[in-house]
Amino acid sequence: MNYRNLLKTGLAAVMAVSLAACGSSGNGGSDSGSSDGAGSTAALKLGASGPITGNAAVYGLAVQHAAEIAIEEVNAMGGTQLEFNFQDDQADTEKAVAAYNALMDWGMQISLATVTSGSGQAVAPNYAQDNIFGITPSGSSTAVIYRDTVNNTDPYGVLFQMCFTDPNQGTASADYLNTHKELGSKIGIIYRSDDNYSTGIYQTFKAEADKLGLNIVDTETFVDSDTDYSVQVKKIADAGADIVFLPIYYQPASQILVEAEKQGFKPNFFGCDGMDGILTLENFDTSLAEGLYMLTPFSADAEDEKTVNFVKKYTEKYGEVPNQFAADAYDCVYAIKQAIDHAGITADMSTDDITAAMVKEFTSMTFDGITGTSMTWSESGEVSKAPKAVVIENGVYVGVE
Amino acid sequence: MAFLSYLISGLGLGSVYAIIALGYSMVYGIAKMLNFAHGDIIMAGAYAAFFAMTAAGMPLLAAALISMVICTLLGVTIERLAYKPLRQASSLSVLITAIGVSYFLQNASQLMFGSDTKIFPSVLSGSFSLFNGRLSVSYLSVLTIVICVVIMSVLTLFINKTKTGKAMRACSEDKGAAVLMGINVDAIISITFAIGSGLAAIAAILLCATYPSVYPTLGSMPGIRAFTAAVFGGIGSIPGAFLGGLMLGIIETLAKAYISTQLSDAIVFAVLIIVLLIRPTGLLGKKVSVKV
Amino acid sequence: MNVIKNLFSPKKRSRTISLLIVIIAYAILQIMSSTHNISRLLMSLLVPVCAYITAAIGLNLNVGFSGELNLGQAGFMSIGAFTSVIIAGIFNANGIEGIPVLIVCIICGSIMAALIGWLISVPVLKLQGDYLAIVTLAFGQIIMSLINNLYVGLDANGLHFAFVTNNMTLAEGGRMLISGPMGATGVRTVSTLTAGAVLVIIALLIAYNLIDSKSGRAITAARDNRIAAESIGISISKTKTLAFVVSASLGGAAGALYALNYSSFVAAKFDFNSSILLLVYVVLGGLGNMSGTIISTALLVVLPEMLRFLQSYRMLIYAIVLIAIMLISNNETLKTKAEQFRNKLGASKRKGAE
Repeated sequence: MNYRNLLKTGLAAVMAVSLAACGSSGNGGSDSGSSDGAGSTAALKLGASGPITGNAAVYGLAVQHAAEIAIEEVNAMGGTQLEFNFQDDQADTEKAVAAYNALMDWGMQISLATVTSGSGQAVAPNYAQDNIFGITPSGSSTAVIYRDTVNNTDPYGVLFQMCFTDPNQGTASADYLNTHKELGSKIGIIYRSDDNYSTGIYQTFKAEADKLGLNIVDTETFVDSDTDYSVQVKKIADAGADIVFLPIYYQPASQILVEAEKQGFKPNFFGCDGMDGILTLENFDTSLAEGLYMLTPFSADAEDEKTVNFVKKYTEKYGEVPNQFAADAYDCVYAIKQAIDHAGITADMSTDDITAAMVKEFTSMTFDGITGTSMTWSESGEVSKAPKAVVIENGVYVGVE
Repeated sequence: MAFLSYLISGLGLGSVYAIIALGYSMVYGIAKMLNFAHGDIIMAGAYAAFFAMTAAGMPLLAAALISMVICTLLGVTIERLAYKPLRQASSLSVLITAIGVSYFLQNASQLMFGSDTKIFPSVLSGSFSLFNGRLSVSYLSVLTIVICVVIMSVLTLFINKTKTGKAMRACSEDKGAAVLMGINVDAIISITFAIGSGLAAIAAILLCATYPSVYPTLGSMPGIRAFTAAVFGGIGSIPGAFLGGLMLGIIETLAKAYISTQLSDAIVFAVLIIVLLIRPTGLLGKKVSVKV
Repeated sequence: MNVIKNLFSPKKRSRTISLLIVIIAYAILQIMSSTHNISRLLMSLLVPVCAYITAAIGLNLNVGFSGELNLGQAGFMSIGAFTSVIIAGIFNANGIEGIPVLIVCIICGSIMAALIGWLISVPVLKLQGDYLAIVTLAFGQIIMSLINNLYVGLDANGLHFAFVTNNMTLAEGGRMLISGPMGATGVRTVSTLTAGAVLVIIALLIAYNLIDSKSGRAITAARDNRIAAESIGISISKTKTLAFVVSASLGGAAGALYALNYSSFVAAKFDFNSSILLLVYVVLGGLGNMSGTIISTALLVVLPEMLRFLQSYRMLIYAIVLIAIMLISNNETLKTKAEQFRNKLGASKRKGAE
């Protein structure tokens, strides 16, 4: 009865919002961008999406921060200018599509795609349809680059990865444990069963391990909502594992290390690239991570000039040591710059031309970054770089064979 | 022996749930609202204790006190600003506001403290063994259980024996009649929030002592679990929340140990449904009969 | 003239208004999109908005009319979504695509959700109040947990199912429809704004027909006074089951529409938080008020996207807006003011009529 006024105002508000939306399309961009002046060329529009609010914000922020540093450096060099727009996708498939469309409204020409795999697989068809080139720093699932995820065939063709794919890490880990039997022969595994990354690595690890005849004594899982890992650790310990494979991120891994210590269980631990960051957790007792092996492409302790410069800048600006997400994002920007410079891409080219040129460059070029040297990319978008095995000794990474 | 050991870790987990559930249940009993932001007050308490111990280098007890003060202030402020204006509104409006407060606290702490996990300092380590070393029990689990029992007893005494407690029971029974009896209902609700939030600080420290990671969404899952525990035991009932928390912790741990870690969530909730079918008002809940 | 009068008669007015809102909004958006006056961002939000509106209408039947606090509506969306992924997969494998697939999927999704809703309603409706709420929450969590462990593959030999561990080997040309935590992948998107608008209209018609029917009056009677209703011979469990099942089936239909709009989504999308968000839409729009539900859903889905320029502050601002709306809409002084204003307006109108 009295709703009519309310309704009218409400309806008007809806319309106002929609109109505002149309009006604002095209200028919703963020900070960090084209300082005109350097170089005569207009800035190329580089977009990206990732979680900067919510549970997974730490990964999105790492990528955003690192990419901003890299873009600042690139723009300061003169020549190719980049304008950056990072949209929040909360690591949610629905929000990722919205973020992608916000970027397209802004006029994105080249993309860092998405930070997380789940978002990546949700927007991959959009990238293919609009023919936009994207290289994801950390979306490691095969579903980000392939349509057919059973056989990993039928690639989208415009999407590339800076990180290893999950299966790649799974097989590499199994191979490493096969050739390094001294680390342990009775393998226990703890992985996160409601996570793309973790199950992806686990499944290929398991397949490869079965092929190699490795002895997996126990496999345990946990889900995102778990806070208690005592059961999993106890079961692994009871099964007599002497090496525990942890294809998980560093935050739950730190909890598992604490729990193992509490239970007096002292096997060797072995992780993948998600483990990077464990040493920089605030207030973490790094002695617990002593002797932890991992396959990671990036080490913040590396002494080459590029890494030192990046780590220094990142630490100064954001007060924390960058992890592999940040490092991969930093490399992405430089790889994009290398491709742009070599192909002579300019901002006034059509996106179809830009994409064609970028794909051609990426499938033919070799790139040296802080997450690996002599990187090349296959036509399907997978990166080829050597995984580095490191072990934590006295609180720092030490490379091992 | 393995069973006993699982049982003890289940009790440890359960008593953390129980303390959170006590706060939940108390607020529900008196204010008749589901305070979904309770879990986030725990998160705030965890951050307060974390910074008190690491940045200010305080000892545990001082940090606990600081954390309690901060949580109490936070709880009372939230109650004043967000819930009090809604005293007359429907309980669902208050529920939505509580969800808004929960989002607010999570996002504010992410912006203030960063989103990466921080590791809570080790509070009490070590364990003692029983049965010739075949079973080891950590001091921490024992301490958690003891604190939980103490808090429950004190709360029960407080509610049953003191004048304020009596007023609380009156408010819970019938707010209108309580006002007529000269009880300041607003003050009583504020006191309830203060106590509930103070308890949240203790829960935060015990939670983080057992599972030492501190992050902005720390409270949401234990919050839902505690809500479940409170209903499980009979919402509004103090011993019920205690029992519900313990049972939930034990079921979760045993389900993981003997059935499946993947499906432990589903199993916990399935057990909850079965229990509620047998006892529709929870384990210790009162059956309310309506007079016509 | 009489027809119009009839449409705006006190009994039919809210139905007509809510339908008009949908039709007008649809028309405006269609014009905007055909003249390319709409941003891609907003365009991409329209189908999910329609899906959420449909689910929220269903939930409103449950919470507003039946008076049961349901914290598991996203679970029914999930059932509808994953059912339709399987069905769409089968159709696509046989070369059938487009709108017919969508229609079949929506029907099957809603039937499946209704079926499971009916099974769940047996234990759920034995309980009351917050105990009922927690059981719906529990079912939502169980559904999410089960689908998170479900693997469905399709090849020339038909469908293959696996649970917890994916041990299936598919024949040549087979593909995974649902792969556990990775969720549904490679969905061919067919949902459109038109389909969404039609679904919302159907949902409204179903909802209003239920409300205005004999069963609907029984539901409201049972909500307002259970004992009085029982005493005049209304079967409480039957009426509540009806409302619950219709609500679930609308959730399922919404899930199907949602699913076929995204090429990929995961089971964790339909978690407790999504259920809560749907509840927020309903409460904000007003319990039992369908037009309110439509407007509040549209606004609250679009709002965080419009706050994108705030970068990492946007969810903080969103929370503040949410709290502010609840406080303002429940403010007694404002309510009285609005009442006075309306009375004045009503008086002047009557005068004008004379």
